[in-house]
Amino acid sequence: MSVMTSHTLAFTDEAARDVSQTGGKGAGLAEMTGAGLPVAPGFVVTASAYHDFLDANDLRTEIAELLASGADVTTIEAHMSERLASTTFPAAIEEQVRVQYAALCDQVGLANVPVAVRSSATAEDSAGNSFAGEFETWVDVAGADSVVEHVLRCYASVFTGRVLDYAIERGIDLADVEMAVVVQKTVRARAAGVMFTLDPISGDRSRIVLEASWGLGLAVVGGEVNPDRYVVAKVGMAIVEQIAGDKHLEYRDGHGTTEVAPERRTQLCLTDEEVLALATLGKQIEKHNGCPQDIEFAVDEDLPKGANIILLQCRPETVWGAVQRKPVFDSGAGVMSWITGTISGATSTPKDRHSHG
Amino acid sequence: MNDRFPYFHEVPAPAGAEGWESMYPYFLVPSEETREEEDSRFWFADTMHWSRGAHPLDSIGAEAVYLGAGQNSTRIFVLPTALGLDVRMMNGYVYISPIAVTDPDEIGRRAEHFQERAGFYYQNWDELYGRWKDKMEAAVESMRTISFPPLGELDPIEVVTEGRGRSTSWDIIANYHRLIDEFFVVWQHHFEFLNLGYGGYIVFFQFCKGAFPQISDQEIARMVAGVDVLAFRPDDELRRLAQLAIDLGVDEVLSTEDTEPVLAAMGATDAGRRWLKEYDGARHPWFNYFAEYGFTHDQDTWNTNPAIPLRNIARYADRLAAGEDIARPVERLRAERDELVDEYRALLTPEEAAQFDELLNLSRTVFPFIEEHNIYVEHWTHAVFFEKLRELGDFLVAAGFTSQQDDIFHINRFELDTVLFDVVESWAIGVSARGKKRWVKEIERRRGIMAALQAQSAPPAYGVPPAEVTDPFAVMNYGVTTERVKDWLGSSDSESDTFSGIPGGPGVVEGPVRVLRSEKNLEDLQQGEILVAPITAPSWAAAFSVATGVITDIGGMMCHAAIVCREYGIPAVVGTGFATSRLTTGQRVRVDGNTGVVTLLDDQPGQSGEDG
Repeated sequence: MSVMTSHTLAFTDEAARDVSQTGGKGAGLAEMTGAGLPVAPGFVVTASAYHDFLDANDLRTEIAELLASGADVTTIEAHMSERLASTTFPAAIEEQVRVQYAALCDQVGLANVPVAVRSSATAEDSAGNSFAGEFETWVDVAGADSVVEHVLRCYASVFTGRVLDYAIERGIDLADVEMAVVVQKTVRARAAGVMFTLDPISGDRSRIVLEASWGLGLAVVGGEVNPDRYVVAKVGMAIVEQIAGDKHLEYRDGHGTTEVAPERRTQLCLTDEEVLALATLGKQIEKHNGCPQDIEFAVDEDLPKGANIILLQCRPETVWGAVQRKPVFDSGAGVMSWITGTISGATSTPKDRHSHG
Repeated sequence: MNDRFPYFHEVPAPAGAEGWESMYPYFLVPSEETREEEDSRFWFADTMHWSRGAHPLDSIGAEAVYLGAGQNSTRIFVLPTALGLDVRMMNGYVYISPIAVTDPDEIGRRAEHFQERAGFYYQNWDELYGRWKDKMEAAVESMRTISFPPLGELDPIEVVTEGRGRSTSWDIIANYHRLIDEFFVVWQHHFEFLNLGYGGYIVFFQFCKGAFPQISDQEIARMVAGVDVLAFRPDDELRRLAQLAIDLGVDEVLSTEDTEPVLAAMGATDAGRRWLKEYDGARHPWFNYFAEYGFTHDQDTWNTNPAIPLRNIARYADRLAAGEDIARPVERLRAERDELVDEYRALLTPEEAAQFDELLNLSRTVFPFIEEHNIYVEHWTHAVFFEKLRELGDFLVAAGFTSQQDDIFHINRFELDTVLFDVVESWAIGVSARGKKRWVKEIERRRGIMAALQAQSAPPAYGVPPAEVTDPFAVMNYGVTTERVKDWLGSSDSESDTFSGIPGGPGVVEGPVRVLRSEKNLEDLQQGEILVAPITAPSWAAAFSVATGVITDIGGMMCHAAIVCREYGIPAVVGTGFATSRLTTGQRVRVDGNTGVVTLLDDQPGQSGEDG
């Protein structure tokens, strides 16, 4: 019976770590929860649920034919939008979503706890194909009806123009995409941002780089502010650089932005302790997962100091992570040739150095 | 911001020092004939070796250092991109200018020679370095045998009975030549391994910068750090003697104030005599150790001024008695270093890790030479060299030519050759020395000039800076980098409340500064103060147990001050260019040894406006 199929899995459920069921984001959150990392509680509406939804509405063949027809992106988007507007959830799935949401409300002790609803496509985080930022995220969704509605919106977002463009550009067959949906308690963020466990510009693995802004992380991810930037040396764990940004707006909740008072705009939004605590977590996760990580975090203003850091998601860093690194010197050439080469390069020729001299 | 520093000819002599140029050999002094070339170059102050104006005879060091450096870089090991460092005296201070090779074809030709010649030394490092130590010990011993006994009325009878036919007076001339020759040869050996040592470092730096583009120089340097090199031995001996005094129950005899009666008092008891035996055992060779850099005649070694080691032993004993652990944190430093290495290594692919291991190993092979060669050259050889010059000074006094021992240091080495000839020949003829009156007057004049020169500190640079400073010596040893030169050009106005240098030792500390221009004032340094000096010598080790931080005018990541600060775990900013002239004793600052920034914390200098 359908009851036997897990259409929803709490982060605490070991089965939620199966990436084929919960997608990169969902499995990552389940992994993090399992590893005892500070993650806001929540659950995943699984890939099976999406699967059953497509089947129940006879959508699978239709999508495959539409994609194969060679129709342009606008046509596909328009068609799917109209088609999805008339679909509904199979009752069994909807019921499970409601039950899980109720359980979450019980857990945090709030009726209609506000949650974030985000996609966690199973093709999303496959190596080299980060759908990062392509799908919609909704924050501060409250109440079971609204949660159900937003899970459906997540499904619909697979067939929006920018996702289609992204998939076509990379040769991803959207028929292969399995859409899991993450539902997670909204964080009351004093500040939030993104952390890479390497320098995303230089690829330096001995650095941890954080970008953060006031309020929710949407302003950072969406590039709406010039965030603070913090660089931590992974070895020795010292803050080696911190540059205050200009953070003129913030998302107090998911419904829109507010102006930041001028004196707060250029004030650092994270304390040294918070930066180092985050970097320590980042280093730990990188070690646990065996590769550099891309982590979203928030500092919760309701939680006490020392326990106020919440990780929102983590996944392998895809840009430098995929690069096959060459050693600095030619391994076949021998040390003496490395020395000579280095010493000969130490001073340059007039051609490339006298340009401003 | 200016785009250049003043030219030599634009800067007048300090009042009272007019005519200073006449004291030095012509080739060490900027001149009308060489002005065009001098103006086209970039000259930075070598206050690392000469932290104050150098006396005429002391300028032999400036000749010897840059002879040896040039021979080894340009002609022996054929560095592909760097020839030697040109040198000038300016207002009594030593300035140097790296000479680069810029023609790519020439670099290629030199690289081939370099690979062959340097390769031989790297391959046979341990054996050649072993031989080098033997050579140096022999050189010091040979120099020790040189003597300048006063001339009697007559030559000794043996000149006749042994049928020598050569007057002993000629030994004065011959021995003077030998002293000069041997000094120059030792300085050639000084650089025998030094370029190659830096080469070993640089290639490891290059690897680390390639693998970790944002790694700091300091993090790399900390991975290379040696913990057990000879350079720390003299200070370790002081700690050992402090502990021994306590174990023997004679620490009451020690004194931080009046050290004069200490040795006699020790000799009065059995336990004291046991302590004295160990003390005397440590004196040779470990107290043949300059309290400063050993480049000027007026510096003490621990042997010429036993108050220095005795006072420091007393300080250590006081701290031991107070229950402090005064051991250099060797275990902690080694553990930190190994952890640093392990953590960086873990971030590398196996192929990268293999290169990392090979180059780290190379760096650690060359490290002992880089830290130890000073013991042999600057300390042991210079101690004997200046001792012999003082003997020669006594000879001139005995000959009635001069009136004080240190008059001799006001005569440069070429003039001294003529003076000695004059003295010897006048003695031979049986007349009084012909140049006596002339030199009495001249030495008097030069004393005035020296006082005026030494009353001023050295501006960090002259001439036209290159777009980028690439000379490895300038960067690694002197801390003269592109950024520093820009700072120097921009910060002459000294408006800002921060200035920068090279991060020398990690950590951050705040406190009042103590500005010291010479080791003679080292005793003024109080517990908790931040030491500010033109440069700190490795032999200031005892100061590192008192100072909480260090700021210097000159010095790079690999200068001794930086190495020592890292070994003692003290925050340090080196190579600031201006610290001794910008800061006043008593002023409060923050020293950030991680970023290399010094921040002035208040505008009010402390009660003592006097610099050390």
